[in-house]
Amino acid sequence: MATEILMPALSPTMEEGTLAKWLVKEGDTVSSGDIMAEIETDKATMEFEAVDEGTIGKILIAEGTEGVKVNTAIAILLEEGESADDIDTSAKPAESEEPAAKSSPAEKEDKPEAAPAEGKSHPEPKVDTAPDWPEGTTLKKQTVREALRDGMAEEMRRDENVFLMGEEVAEYQGAYKISQGLLDEFGAKRVIDTPITEHGFAGIGVGASWGGLRPIVEFMTWNFAMQAIDQIINSAAKTLYMSGGQMGSPMVFRGPNGAAARVGAQHSQDYAAWYMQIPGLKVAMPYSASDYKGLMKTAIRDPNPVIFLENEILYGRSFDVPEIEDYTVPFGKARIWREGDDVTIVSFGIGMSYALQAADRLAEEGIMAEVIDLRTLRPMDTDSIIKSVMKTNRCVTVEEGWPQGSVGNYISSVIMQEAFDYLDAPVINCTGKDVPMPYAANLEKHALVTTDEVVEAVKKVTYK
Amino acid sequence: MAARKSTSKPASKPNVSADELKSYYKDMLLIRRFEEKAGQLYGMGLIGGFCHLYIGQEAVVVGLEATTKEGDSRITTYRDHGHMLACGMDPNGVMAELTGREDGYSRGKGGSMHMFSKEKRFYGGHGIVGANVPLGAGIAFADKYKGNDHVTFTYFGDGAANQGQVYEAFNMAALWKLPCIFVIENNQYAMGTSQQRSTSSAEIWERGKAFGIPGEAVDGMDVLAVKEAGEKAVAHCRAGKGPYILEIKTYRYRGHSMSDPAKYRTREEVQKMRDERDPIEAVRNLLLTGKHASEEDLKAIDKDIKKVVNDSAEFAKESPEPALEELWTDIYATEVPQEA
Repeated sequence: MATEILMPALSPTMEEGTLAKWLVKEGDTVSSGDIMAEIETDKATMEFEAVDEGTIGKILIAEGTEGVKVNTAIAILLEEGESADDIDTSAKPAESEEPAAKSSPAEKEDKPEAAPAEGKSHPEPKVDTAPDWPEGTTLKKQTVREALRDGMAEEMRRDENVFLMGEEVAEYQGAYKISQGLLDEFGAKRVIDTPITEHGFAGIGVGASWGGLRPIVEFMTWNFAMQAIDQIINSAAKTLYMSGGQMGSPMVFRGPNGAAARVGAQHSQDYAAWYMQIPGLKVAMPYSASDYKGLMKTAIRDPNPVIFLENEILYGRSFDVPEIEDYTVPFGKARIWREGDDVTIVSFGIGMSYALQAADRLAEEGIMAEVIDLRTLRPMDTDSIIKSVMKTNRCVTVEEGWPQGSVGNYISSVIMQEAFDYLDAPVINCTGKDVPMPYAANLEKHALVTTDEVVEAVKKVTYK
Repeated sequence: MAARKSTSKPASKPNVSADELKSYYKDMLLIRRFEEKAGQLYGMGLIGGFCHLYIGQEAVVVGLEATTKEGDSRITTYRDHGHMLACGMDPNGVMAELTGREDGYSRGKGGSMHMFSKEKRFYGGHGIVGANVPLGAGIAFADKYKGNDHVTFTYFGDGAANQGQVYEAFNMAALWKLPCIFVIENNQYAMGTSQQRSTSSAEIWERGKAFGIPGEAVDGMDVLAVKEAGEKAVAHCRAGKGPYILEIKTYRYRGHSMSDPAKYRTREEVQKMRDERDPIEAVRNLLLTGKHASEEDLKAIDKDIKKVVNDSAEFAKESPEPALEELWTDIYATEVPQEA
């Protein structure tokens, strides 16, 4: 049966082109791979190859013709035994079906429900207010460092597929002593010193998670993970989606994040806002020791890649940790550290230090702040924020990261969309200054967010 | 351990049965016809975006797949259709993914460059050049951790061979003796830049020497030479001796992607390869001259394959576009994925 040869699309954007030159003439036989014509696209001149075998029965579009639309018949191909006389108007295109519509499905129909609620109705947010541990639980003082190690060790005892890899995690006992004692207990098979090669070992970690293991990949600091961010985002975060749900990356990337002290611009960046943006990742940024432990255990068990943002200054701080067997903290549940009616202060990680200090000082002046620790940024417990703002009508966010595209910016937009009518003042975002971190002690202190700034912001939104 | 040069013999005395030879012929022809059809569907606007065809390189994956056993893994870059067909993935599912439809391997959410089969241990399909090399080493890491004797075939091109993370992976794979075969599919052009213009060394596999990884160069237009070299590499890895490098010299007939005008090489260069070194023609000649198959036998094979490919195109056109709800699924897993 004679078939039509159609004008091909030769680039992702081509809609029409020029049939620059025929390299075959009527009566020529062609076989698969033979070059039949030269076609000029919007980008370049391309060679057009035959797919099927046959004889060129008729050339329908003369060479030199411009503006030939994609999928126009340009020639007729005859199969063995056919002659040009067989050509009639009933010749079917080689592929009879219409090309796929160019518009994406999302444009064709109404957008799926994704946008936050709009309009004036503000349903009461559902908030889980259950305490992290029951009253009367025995508590012990523990540093963040110890709690984090205990969380990892418990999970390594529970599941032999969990292992820790990173620079200096084994024999050195951890650059910040987080993995102290783990090599002794679990051996070199499960506590693995890597070369200084973040991009490479992050990729090996992701591959190992696909191979059925549960890696914990430690970055000596998150600053070094910029070398590995392609593996974190393109390989770990996106594969579940790209594989249609066949395979995900159950693993934890962890390490100290943000400023330590006097280490300069390249070692002092806060990545909270960066990772919070990525669908496919979960992001935890705890403040207290009990949360470090409970969230780390949850992170290791989670079937998704988790970004665990720690803080070097917090490592040595002590908090109450409940003596509960297998203590875990769920993702997406904020903790209210302090209740108050006058203003909501939202923070996470080391930002909580400033938030809580500011709340103490404000209380002395009779301003009662409600202080919310988000604990995880993705998922983010925005319901707890909205519920609190509905009560206080004011909100200040606190973080050490940069101002443009900050976590606070996102929280502000959520409040505007979901609780606009409840606001009595604009939300203020207290952030680090919009500068690389300086080395000089006085400049560094000034570059970070300060308690004074939080106090001042609260006074501004409460018109005090 | 010293690296050594290939001693692969030409395919004149094949150490394979007639049936094996026939199956290589079929597998290579399936890839070629499938890719030609994909090119045609792209021309009709049924396949969009980027589409990188494997035509000319068929002997690489077919020769290496002949050395695998159940439990082995493979991972590659974006020129991945051939690898999927060679490891037994369903042509219908692959073609339907190319057309972005519900019955595609990734339910239309991955496309040409991002396809996976947990069942066949095909770990993608990766669009970031070089990124799949540490990933492949990581899959091998998991096998070593579990103490089995599986190997991972980590394919990448001569272009990817200039990415830094490739050497990070070489270092750790050698250090930890990971059962990983690094397969450099050297088709001589990194997109439009020839090896000569992009790569300091003429023999890329020799870079493994710096890490103590043995390797060799292989004639990638000869499926039997590829298989023989692959067997050596597999034996090395299964014995727990660590990684192995195969630099397989091959040639891609088509452009880098569908929109490549191929101004960086001459038509004569391509034609010469096709006329003199075509891997499918070579096996066809072996079958005919050795009287393992008649012209009619081969014609019947061609016909069968044409049907499989045409059916896959029909399937891929008839499969519906994914439901809109698919936009919001598979972002987070709720359970730990089952190990294949």
